[in-house]
Amino acid sequence: MKLALAGNPNCGKTTMFNNLTGASQYVGNWPGVTVEKKEGKLKEHKDVIITDLPGIYSLSPYTLEEVVARNYLLEESPDVIIDIVDATNIERNLYLTTQLLETGVPVVIALNMMDVIKKRGDKIDIKKLSEKLGCPVVETSALKGTGLSKLIETALSLAKAVEIQPIVHKFAADVEAALTDIEGILDGVVEKKNLRWYAIKLFERDEKIEKHFKFKADTRQKIDEIIKLCENQYDDDSESIITNERYTYIHGLMRECVKKRTEQMTVSDKIDRVVTNRIAAIPIFIGVMFLVYFISVSWLGTIVTDWTNDVLFGEYISGWATSGLEAIGAADWAQSLVVDGIIGGVGAIIGFVPQMLILFILLGILEDCGYMARIAFIMDRIFRRFGLSGKSFIPMLVASGCGVPGVMASRTIENESDRRMTIMTTTFVPCGAKLPIIALIAGAMFPENSWWLAPCAYFLGIGMVIISGIILKKTKPFAGEPAPFVMELPQYRAPGAKGVLMHMWERGKSFIKKAGTIIFASTVVIWLLSNFNASFEMVDINDSMLASIGNAIAPVFAPLGFGDWQSSVATITGLVAKENVVATMGVLHGIPDATEETVALLQSVAGSFTVVSAFSFMAFNLLCAPCFAAIGAIKREMGNAKWTWAAIGYQTLLAYVVAFIIFQLGSVFVLGQPFGVGAVIAIALIALIIWLMARKGYDPSKNRSLSAVEARN
Amino acid sequence: MNQDVSGEKTLRNTPCGQTVTITRLTGSGAVKRRIMDMGLTKGTQVYVRKVAPLGDPVEITVRGYELSIRKADAEMIHVG
Repeated sequence: MKLALAGNPNCGKTTMFNNLTGASQYVGNWPGVTVEKKEGKLKEHKDVIITDLPGIYSLSPYTLEEVVARNYLLEESPDVIIDIVDATNIERNLYLTTQLLETGVPVVIALNMMDVIKKRGDKIDIKKLSEKLGCPVVETSALKGTGLSKLIETALSLAKAVEIQPIVHKFAADVEAALTDIEGILDGVVEKKNLRWYAIKLFERDEKIEKHFKFKADTRQKIDEIIKLCENQYDDDSESIITNERYTYIHGLMRECVKKRTEQMTVSDKIDRVVTNRIAAIPIFIGVMFLVYFISVSWLGTIVTDWTNDVLFGEYISGWATSGLEAIGAADWAQSLVVDGIIGGVGAIIGFVPQMLILFILLGILEDCGYMARIAFIMDRIFRRFGLSGKSFIPMLVASGCGVPGVMASRTIENESDRRMTIMTTTFVPCGAKLPIIALIAGAMFPENSWWLAPCAYFLGIGMVIISGIILKKTKPFAGEPAPFVMELPQYRAPGAKGVLMHMWERGKSFIKKAGTIIFASTVVIWLLSNFNASFEMVDINDSMLASIGNAIAPVFAPLGFGDWQSSVATITGLVAKENVVATMGVLHGIPDATEETVALLQSVAGSFTVVSAFSFMAFNLLCAPCFAAIGAIKREMGNAKWTWAAIGYQTLLAYVVAFIIFQLGSVFVLGQPFGVGAVIAIALIALIIWLMARKGYDPSKNRSLSAVEARN
Repeated sequence: MNQDVSGEKTLRNTPCGQTVTITRLTGSGAVKRRIMDMGLTKGTQVYVRKVAPLGDPVEITVRGYELSIRKADAEMIHVG
């Protein structure tokens, strides 16, 4: 038996799903799209599968989530829909209900957050509501876990019922007449229980539904005439007529069934008055962000990350592994593989996990209590100028600590194109692991006066985010539908510990899984390459395959000013973790255990770079493909390989172009070298970037339908 | 129907603290549907609550809940 869980965003659906299924959940993606699909087995009824549909406001054909949901309801025909209705926001929530009732699948309404309604002193006439809507209504409180057994009981008995749930709600007489006429045409073409659904969709001129039917020209014309007649009567388009009718119907229902106590300031209103106050909003916002950053990145985050990296992995686990392997007499190469390759590589990545979990708790709290939506409200104006949304702020902020949780924090952005854009650009912000690179270059090249280099690196990163946002927004995959930014600002409420923790674990788990597979494999490959030569003899890194590869690709970096093989190799090992760039430079310059403060390394680096090539090297390493951990996070959040490669390809290309411009023009203007072909190309590239930013760009309104939705059908 | 009277009152130029009634929505397709799906339909009362600290978007109360809407989109909503 299959139950589907449907409802608006913020209606308590996730909490309800967790309550109903417990730990037996499976998280995946809906076929072909990046919308998350969650399924689970009902507690105590293991034969019942519950599918959590995406949170939606409507069943329109315009957003991916809505199309996914309605395709599921019509094609997979679940036995019952459990429609979660937020009783504190009943009017808008019932709008989706009227549409769910038309799908031909029996519906039971879980009238959620009834505890809040009672506390407020409002009254909802459940019996009348159930009568008027023609479906059972059960009072619940997902947060407190009340009413759940009755809900399940009702849903299961509804699934076993034989007769079709009749559609009770009616629109105005003229609209009903038009619908009846269309139903007449469809009679015998579609199943009886779906008749009204298809009639309404055809009336709305829903293109996705029209495609299902292969009507003859005269039938199509007949339907068109019916619609036009009604449109003329109402002086409006048919889609708007239906939407209006639904809300008119619900508004009537409200008058009959809901009694609100006279309007009063709720606690939430009072909080909001302060928190998004014109003057206080920004200082409060900065305070909250500072706290999030301080706890997850500077203070607690660093403590746990350092502990896992240096103590747990650095001492205990590699210590145990070394002595264990020595005890059983393992070969040197095996010891090195396990200790340096696997534990060193995966450990560097797992080290981020505790920090990420802390961050996820904080983000979960922000989201749960309703402040996340206010962040978007406050920051939207700035971020949408370069094609991002107000919610992109958090990922960027977090990425200045570590790109991995930064990328994963983009999860909270609903709009797919905004989310992808954020994922692609967020690792441009220099993370903690890139600081040693900056420090190395600063110490080596500008020993007297190096304070300006770090701010410069941050400006470079933020500049690239802005430039990328403007450029990418004008390309076809990002232009998307001109979706209006209408966002619900939910009521403030105290976050639930259970929900926040489950949230955290779900996100953390998926990253750990990734670390165990892709990231593991990548680090082993790098280890192999850096420890063996082509005839598979274990050698020093100087003679390894990685050195050969470095030699081979060094010419690629020559136009950027660092065509020596050491820099190339360091760049490659930077993929495991950016800190490795400095360590590798140390090894390759023959200075073991070097840090960014080792004088010998600084001198050696200063000898092999010019001021300009050093800056170019730094820029390239800051902007190019991030470490494997971040790539893994990108893959996780993008949901498919194509977008992951597109993101990494774009980052690396941009890094190359920027480093090229820096080196070529820097050589001419800083080092006073003659103006050559390279400088001409660099100027041409700048012109290209300016053109890409200034051009008019792809106009999606010329091609109405949403490409992502289109791709599925 | 489509006579665009310049200076007509829209949700964009409604000052904070006012309650207005929606008279008409311009635009079409996905944008219009999305706005209407959120409950902003003809005849609905809207209370303009506040403007974001940086001047955009606007927070409104409609059908008993709070909604944030960009000024560019609010321009499509004609009020009286």
